[in-house]
Amino acid sequence: MSTGTTTGPAPHPRTVVALTGVTKEYPGPVAALRGVDLTVEEGELLGIVGPSGSGKSTLLHIIGTLDRPTAGSVHIAGHDVAALSDRRLSALRAQHVGFVFQAFHLVPGVSARDNVAEGLLYSGLSRAVRRRRAADALARVGLADRLDHKPHQLSGGQRQRVAIARAVVGEPALLLADEPTGALDSASGAAVMELLRELNREGATIAVITHDTEIAAQLPREVRIRDGQVVADVTHGLAATAGAEL
Amino acid sequence: MSAPRGRGGNRLKAARLSPRDVAHVGSSGLRSRPMRVVLSALGIAIGIATMISVVGISASSQAQLLRELDKLGTNLLVASPGESMFAGEEVKLPEESVGMVGRIKGVQDVGATADLNATVRRTEKVDEDDTGGIAVKATTADLLRVLRGEVGSGSWLNAATGRYPSVVLGHVAAERLGITEPGRQVWLGDRYFTVVGILDPLPLAPEIERSALVGWEGAKRLLDFDGHPTSVYERSADAAVEDVRKVMAATVDPQNPQNVKVTDPSSALRAKAATEGAFSSLLLGLGGIALLVGGVGVANTMIISVLERRYEIGLRRSLGATRGQIRIQFVTESLMLSGLGGLAGVALGAAATGVYAHSGGLPWVVPLWAVGGGFGATLAIGTVAGLYPAVRASRLSPTLALHAA
Repeated sequence: MSTGTTTGPAPHPRTVVALTGVTKEYPGPVAALRGVDLTVEEGELLGIVGPSGSGKSTLLHIIGTLDRPTAGSVHIAGHDVAALSDRRLSALRAQHVGFVFQAFHLVPGVSARDNVAEGLLYSGLSRAVRRRRAADALARVGLADRLDHKPHQLSGGQRQRVAIARAVVGEPALLLADEPTGALDSASGAAVMELLRELNREGATIAVITHDTEIAAQLPREVRIRDGQVVADVTHGLAATAGAEL
Repeated sequence: MSAPRGRGGNRLKAARLSPRDVAHVGSSGLRSRPMRVVLSALGIAIGIATMISVVGISASSQAQLLRELDKLGTNLLVASPGESMFAGEEVKLPEESVGMVGRIKGVQDVGATADLNATVRRTEKVDEDDTGGIAVKATTADLLRVLRGEVGSGSWLNAATGRYPSVVLGHVAAERLGITEPGRQVWLGDRYFTVVGILDPLPLAPEIERSALVGWEGAKRLLDFDGHPTSVYERSADAAVEDVRKVMAATVDPQNPQNVKVTDPSSALRAKAATEGAFSSLLLGLGGIALLVGGVGVANTMIISVLERRYEIGLRRSLGATRGQIRIQFVTESLMLSGLGGLAGVALGAAATGVYAHSGGLPWVVPLWAVGGGFGATLAIGTVAGLYPAVRASRLSPTLALHAA
């Protein structure tokens, strides 16, 4: 076991992600993932970095419970994914996992507030509560004055912030950001990364999947993936973060 | 290894969508593509409109006939000679039968006609065989009241004109003789008679419409009429109709009641109303085919919609939608699509029936069962058309759906 998770009344913070020996094979000779072990504790901000084809997207899908591994075990927020039916897996995503995508994936023609409220649609909350929390979430990402703007009235950076608000509005145990800066210019990208750091300081557990080593290097923890395997798991400490900001 | 503890150990249970939320997600695809909605709902609308208007138009015609029947009454009976037991023998009703029928309990009015051995022609120069199918009949003065008929122009025979060479024409007879107004002369028997009146149509007595009617006394005096009636018409209280019918034959001809045939002219009209109500199955079939094609159109639109929105499906799955919730979203969308078509079709069909009824002076009737049935059919079609695309949508792998964007 590569991580420090132990049995008993551990003083550790709660474990959000626990992958053990995860392998994912698609039809064909190459395995996308080969025996990945990964543990993410509550409150972490880590980058999962690797070139395209390294398996990081597959890893994202498995952590996000959108896909199941061929072998190995996956625990997300304490639930063994292999034991869950599709319905329960959906509930797990609704309650514990928030996604941010490279292409934002906002609904066109719908206000920022309703786009964010859509993130709670499958949570069982009433419409009024969803809309109120959506307004709060938009305030958290600094868009309190853009509630009624439609996506086409927002800049790329603002759109990604709306998408981030949609991902965090349900207070998920884990926020998965897939190339969150990939479609943004460097200034907007930096602002989005700063927002993610801020959310992390407020307590959110965030995994950023990226091919950009520079971005990964700014994060407190960096997991490097290559050819379907974890090749490095580096903890940078605060200096690295501070240094990158200079 | 130990399973990491969950957040507060809460159980995972997929939340239900409220009906309003279902309607919201189901209509989201429609709201973003209004033109497509209109076009694919059009097929359903045409099918339903056809079916509603076919049913509505026949129902309106039927209502008109029934209304007419109501006005004419169903309490009229006619006694006429039946087939004689001895072939070829001419059967006549006794002279006193008119008075006898009048004394049956419940009878209100009695009238009679007698076929005369004469022809009516426009002039004496017209060939004698060229009768135009017009019968010459002697009539009692009460006949018009019994039939609840109206004189279109001129007047009915009275005690005075009934004695002289005067004639009243049924409207078909007048048309065939080319007579449009009273005052003209027609050649009847062997002399000219003056037309004193022309009758309005008589739906209960088409045989009178095709007759030239001469007064009872005048016929005796001028046309060698022996006074034996051929048909006795009587009108009774509604409640007495059955009782009168039982005794009528025996009253008309006590010696040979088997030779008397009693008929109810309104029954023919009722039968006609029933056939009017039986809508044309051919047109109904066409409507059904249009509906089916419309359903295929909806299914087609839904399949395209699912292909186009793979990314949205992936997003919803990542937000926590279950397969069932994706299915219900697309079935709802399909239901709304065909339901809209159905509503438009019902409105169109009702309007078409209204236009037809208005132009024909008919009452406007759209049976509720047709509206309910038509709308129910659209919902059934919507469900069937949406089911396959919805199942496809729900089976899409969420990761594939996300990468399709």
